[in-house]
Amino acid sequence: MDFLIQLVVSGIAVGGVYALVGLGFVAIFKATGIVNFATGEFMMLGAYFAYTTLVVLKLPFAAALAAAVVGCALVALLVERALLRPLFGEPTITVVMVTLGLSSILKGLAQIIWTAEFKSFPPIFPRKPVILGPAVVPSRLFYGFCIAAAAVALLAGFFRFTRAGVAMRATASDQGAAYALGVDIRRVFGSSWAIGAAAAALGGVVVGAIGGISPQLGALGLKVFPVVILGGLDSVAGAIVGGILIGVLENLAGGYLDPYVIGGSVKEVVPFLVLLGILLVRPYGLFGTREIERL
Amino acid sequence: MRIGDFKETYAADEAILRTPTVRFWTGVFFAALAVFPFVAGDYLIYLADLVGITVISAMGLNLLTGFTGQISLGHAAFMGVGAYTAAALASRWGAPIWVTLPAAGGAAALFGVVVGAPSLRIKGLYLAMATLAAQVIAEFAFINLEGITGGIRGINVPAPRLFGVELATDRALYGPIVAVAALGVWFAANLKRSAPGRAFVAVRDRDISAELMGISLFQTKLRAFALGSFYAGVAGALWAYFMRIVTPEHFPLSLSIHYLAVVIVGGLGTVVGSVFGAVFMTLVPEVLRGLASLARPYYPQAMTVLSPLTEVVFGALIVGFLLFEPHGLAEVWQRTKRFFRLWPFVH
Repeated sequence: MDFLIQLVVSGIAVGGVYALVGLGFVAIFKATGIVNFATGEFMMLGAYFAYTTLVVLKLPFAAALAAAVVGCALVALLVERALLRPLFGEPTITVVMVTLGLSSILKGLAQIIWTAEFKSFPPIFPRKPVILGPAVVPSRLFYGFCIAAAAVALLAGFFRFTRAGVAMRATASDQGAAYALGVDIRRVFGSSWAIGAAAAALGGVVVGAIGGISPQLGALGLKVFPVVILGGLDSVAGAIVGGILIGVLENLAGGYLDPYVIGGSVKEVVPFLVLLGILLVRPYGLFGTREIERL
Repeated sequence: MRIGDFKETYAADEAILRTPTVRFWTGVFFAALAVFPFVAGDYLIYLADLVGITVISAMGLNLLTGFTGQISLGHAAFMGVGAYTAAALASRWGAPIWVTLPAAGGAAALFGVVVGAPSLRIKGLYLAMATLAAQVIAEFAFINLEGITGGIRGINVPAPRLFGVELATDRALYGPIVAVAALGVWFAANLKRSAPGRAFVAVRDRDISAELMGISLFQTKLRAFALGSFYAGVAGALWAYFMRIVTPEHFPLSLSIHYLAVVIVGGLGTVVGSVFGAVFMTLVPEVLRGLASLARPYYPQAMTVLSPLTEVVFGALIVGFLLFEPHGLAEVWQRTKRFFRLWPFVH
């Protein structure tokens, strides 16, 4: 029983990070309809920006978080303006491939600037593991979850209560109507990309703090797809629920099934089995809106 | 300028090679291909083999994504299934190449049909996600089904035997690779002007209208998945013979993305596009490597920067082509041909 609780608690902790990155993805998809395959690379970039701020510039952790968020937001604004604005209205595969090309560019640039060496943050959080009842959570994971949860709450509040957030939801719901009512659609596109990248950057900082930084950090960004498809591609609540669920399922599978599988990397494949399952049973996810094709 | 070109029979109108000039230059091209292995150096033969394998696989992906519009992120998995099938058959039962190639294609086609089965219920982006899931699951299977795939160590592939001759070198392998590639390209070109091929295009352009016209969507999509994966499986098998070893590292997601880039740069939905894309994207890393070794005296770190620089250039090529030339090199080719066909009345 203790083992189960341990797995669930660790799963929720990891799930918080997935939820944050998923939220960033949903922000972009909801407002612009673009699937961002470069999410992982924005995570990696955020981790590297934070690393540079902490280690090279020797500034405090708060500054590193700010640097990651602002830096990635700027990169995303640039990307949106230069690469995606010209492709407005093009078929899905074109935009998907542009984001894939972008991910290659970002990964290569990161490797050129920061080299392929594995880097780690200096100790930021207290060393003692946190004890929650029968579960022991490593301190980095716990504080990472706290950061992610705070960011998720901030984002959810932003979408719900601020004018800009409401403008984004309006654009997501019906671009034409929002435009007619005076919402600056182009600014909404830019800011949704900035928010999406910022969320991914924060997630990347947390992941980097837990596991170290390398150009391969972006591979974790692939896991955002099971999260958002499970939750629903355009649902904020879905990203949160999906993230937690995937984190918990992943940990449960890893804990109980790993001894039976030789390679022992059940954790990597379970989210994608869940993805396949949900696509076959309920493609629009738990909270997503059903796409109605009009002829 | 092309003048006096009129067709008097339906067969002539539907022909793939339409004028004597085209037929002549196609003949010259094939003659050059035939002479190439006797005059070219080892490195060029190696590149040619690589290009040939890429052409076959890219042709399959173009059939699935370009002609039928089903975005597939699992192409590397299909190649892997074919490669492992050929490797297992050749190493364990000594099967000859003319058995392992079709078997590899068939196994990959079967896997492709399984991956494509969700297309009954989902389409577009969601189907792409399903293929992504299939890719990740296949990678996991390659590593963990040690009984069949040999796990992380992989399978060592013996040299293929054809009519009793052992094809142990790249040069010897050139013949089968080019022959299979030519066959594949010819089949695809014929498919394009046949009823099943037009069904593919109809499903891509307006699938609901296609269904109204009587084209079974599910059957057509499954057929596209089967055909595309068959090509990929055969290419994977040839890859296994080319590398003489098959490991799970050969078929990551980045290979799927690489092939998507190949068909997009070459031209989605065209037969020549697969060939152009394969040649172009195989030669780009070689050109970059040449540039890096030229730059080494001035910039000693040139070689360490080469690998990430290749990635950046690939990404930039994809983005650049999509922004400025979305129909790829095939479109450039068509424009050039049109220029000469209409000169001096180009408009």
